[in-house]
Amino acid sequence: MKYTFETILLGVGAFLALLGAGFAQDRQFEAHMWVLFFVLLGGTIVMLRRLDFSPASAGKAAAPLSEYSDDVVKYGVIATVFWGVVGFLVGVVVALQLAFPDLNIEPWFNFGRMRPLHTSAVIFAFGGNALIATSFYIVQRTSRARLFGGNLAWFVFWGYQLFIVMAATGYLLGITQSKEYAEPEWYVDLWLTIVWVAYLAVFLGTLLVRKEPHIYVANWFYLAFIVTIAMLHIVNNLAVPVSFLGSKSYSAFAGVQDALTQWWYGHNAVGFFLTAGFLGMMYYFIPKQANRPVYSYRLSIIHFWSLIFMYIWAGPHHLHYTALPDWAQTLGMVFSIMLWMPSWGGMINGLMTLSGAWDKIRTDPIIRMMVMAVAFYGMATFEGPMMSIKTVNSLSHYTDWTIGHVHSGALGWNGLITFGAIYYLTPKLWNRERLYSVRMVNWHFWLATLGIVVYAAVMWVAGIQQGLMWREYDDQGFLVYSFAESVAAMLPYYVLRALGGALFLAGALLMAFNVTMTILGRVRDEAPIFGATPALKPAE
Amino acid sequence: MAEKHVDEISGVETTGHEWDGIRELNNPMPRWWVYTFYATIVWAIGYMVVYPAVPLLTDATKGVFGYSSRAELSVELADAKAAQAGNLEKIAASSLDQIIADPQLHQFAVAAGASAFKVNCAQCHGSGAAGSAGFPNLNDDDWLWGGKPEEIYQTVAHGIRYTGDDDTRVSEMPSFTEILKPEEIKQTAAYVVSLTGTPSDAAMVEPGKALFEANCASCHGADAKGNREFGAPDLADALWLNGSSEQAIIAQMKAPKHGVMPAWLPRLGDTTVKQLAVFVHSLGGGE
Repeated sequence: MKYTFETILLGVGAFLALLGAGFAQDRQFEAHMWVLFFVLLGGTIVMLRRLDFSPASAGKAAAPLSEYSDDVVKYGVIATVFWGVVGFLVGVVVALQLAFPDLNIEPWFNFGRMRPLHTSAVIFAFGGNALIATSFYIVQRTSRARLFGGNLAWFVFWGYQLFIVMAATGYLLGITQSKEYAEPEWYVDLWLTIVWVAYLAVFLGTLLVRKEPHIYVANWFYLAFIVTIAMLHIVNNLAVPVSFLGSKSYSAFAGVQDALTQWWYGHNAVGFFLTAGFLGMMYYFIPKQANRPVYSYRLSIIHFWSLIFMYIWAGPHHLHYTALPDWAQTLGMVFSIMLWMPSWGGMINGLMTLSGAWDKIRTDPIIRMMVMAVAFYGMATFEGPMMSIKTVNSLSHYTDWTIGHVHSGALGWNGLITFGAIYYLTPKLWNRERLYSVRMVNWHFWLATLGIVVYAAVMWVAGIQQGLMWREYDDQGFLVYSFAESVAAMLPYYVLRALGGALFLAGALLMAFNVTMTILGRVRDEAPIFGATPALKPAE
Repeated sequence: MAEKHVDEISGVETTGHEWDGIRELNNPMPRWWVYTFYATIVWAIGYMVVYPAVPLLTDATKGVFGYSSRAELSVELADAKAAQAGNLEKIAASSLDQIIADPQLHQFAVAAGASAFKVNCAQCHGSGAAGSAGFPNLNDDDWLWGGKPEEIYQTVAHGIRYTGDDDTRVSEMPSFTEILKPEEIKQTAAYVVSLTGTPSDAAMVEPGKALFEANCASCHGADAKGNREFGAPDLADALWLNGSSEQAIIAQMKAPKHGVMPAWLPRLGDTTVKQLAVFVHSLGGGE
């Protein structure tokens, strides 16, 4: 019988969730366990309907093991698009909440709960699914091996979705350990640890059974991302639960040690999740889409190892001018400066891979998207080291400049490279001749780019103005502006920022439509982009 | 060693490996990239020599100039204090009347008070001190507890109905739900409205006046002009704390609001509270 074990496991899980709800020590945990129960119950029912009672020996569905396991990648692509739209939508909502505080709907939908919902949805749900799906796709092809561990890859996929649902519902219920980007409480953290170890097993196992003599550069970056995220996640989330049936825990760290551990985690979530992982994506999809070799093997080695070595030390720059000892602030800053070139190594290799194929930026909107992604990567990784300089940081810290910086990286680099990868993958995975519409990709490109430019530019102005207002003293040494006045001054910028986000969301909706139609097998009747150059007319 | 392979378009040799159709060129690293990388490393080492950087067993290297962010902060604070030298001491030593009488000191105290107001008071009274429903406007001459400098000082220093301070200003308007019949409450409210506006039913004013004199005049005065000893508001002017409508007055009689203001003396100290009192006094309604 197929799926017997999986079905029993899900059923037992649902039963345990029910017990958890029954014996919960606090209301939030009780509500959260009900959510878990219904999710697992639904999963059990779906599995029961798929139970196959034919003898195992019949094996009619013995999948051809020579093929790559791509079904899980297909699900991953769909999940990426879905969570992307959700995450961007919540982003627009929280942007509007900042501009118009009346939109805070107590208690579930106020800014304090919606903000982690937005960050987790875009980083972990959209970005994480994109990383898992693309890594599964790439590691198989560049290793010429099927995913290791059989159905373990499915466990990784569904286990990760369960983590996302538990994290998201937890935030709205008010469950948080109040560590930025690590808000889920101890039991959700434990679950993610299990899923992540399975992910490592699948990825590393596939590398170990590879039929290529060497490991391709994209896989170095993916492996660094998986291993480091496991380490960061476990250390930063070390905590003692108040009760094993309660939603509250206390961190193993206190005071400035807690802050430093948190920003060691937080900064390297950016470094290894949003940088290393997505560089892995870039190192496969740009050469494939451009059909050109990677520019420099030597550069890829040096910038890989220098990036990995430097990034992990840069976290203290989030704690300039705090209780953190001066020496640690110095180290955080100098490592950030040294990180500039290792980061740019990836940009150079990405852009220069196009040498010999520059015309594709004009003719292929997918390549244009990827090139713009690398350009934003370059801008963000220059801006980051600059903002880590203490004198710059004393102006920029705690202002919306930081928000603008993060979004030029997240929307520009992570967003656009993921969109490019999705547009590359969808026709390949579903065996379609081409996308439903290439012109829509072009529209998506311009909507997204315009949205990012509006967003980043507005936040620069807003952030610098905030910083200057906060430090403005009159000639007698008195503060000129109250904090509330600096908040009131932000209104036009916050409205414009929401507009930038809405443009970006509109592009993503276009992508969701385009991908759906492609999966359904439709092809839009349209003139190819720049394909038909109008014939030159003789002068009259 | 992998076989030799040259990319046709660029004419550059590849590393000879191929993954899913992807090859890698054997280009050297860009020189400018390498040298900029070296430069940042050299700069980092230099910076670490100059500033505190290397952790030791119980301490860390101090850098050649012995920089510390705490020392930098104390220097900045000392500079700021020095720039205001004399004025703060003078304010501490002077009475409120003396401060107001000295134009130079008064100007300084108003500026300092405005700055402290933005940080501590604007949350309730607004950036422009215009207040809002339940939070008094400080720009007008309608004072609950008095508008002389000493009276303002007393209010700021010890607060209103603030449980942590024995000298706080206290008074509580009782609820009239148990004392008067609903109809009587309406009549009283109609009378109060008639003092400055038009009540909904003129016939209720006459019985309301009698009820007011029997129940309200002891605090608000027979002329309804209020009494600062109890913080009882003037009901005969057009300035209202909790709304001027008949409904608002009825609500106040049934379930009176008792606003609370914290005592600021323990938090801000005598000099700053003096500056705040002088600032509020200067806003327009000071007596």
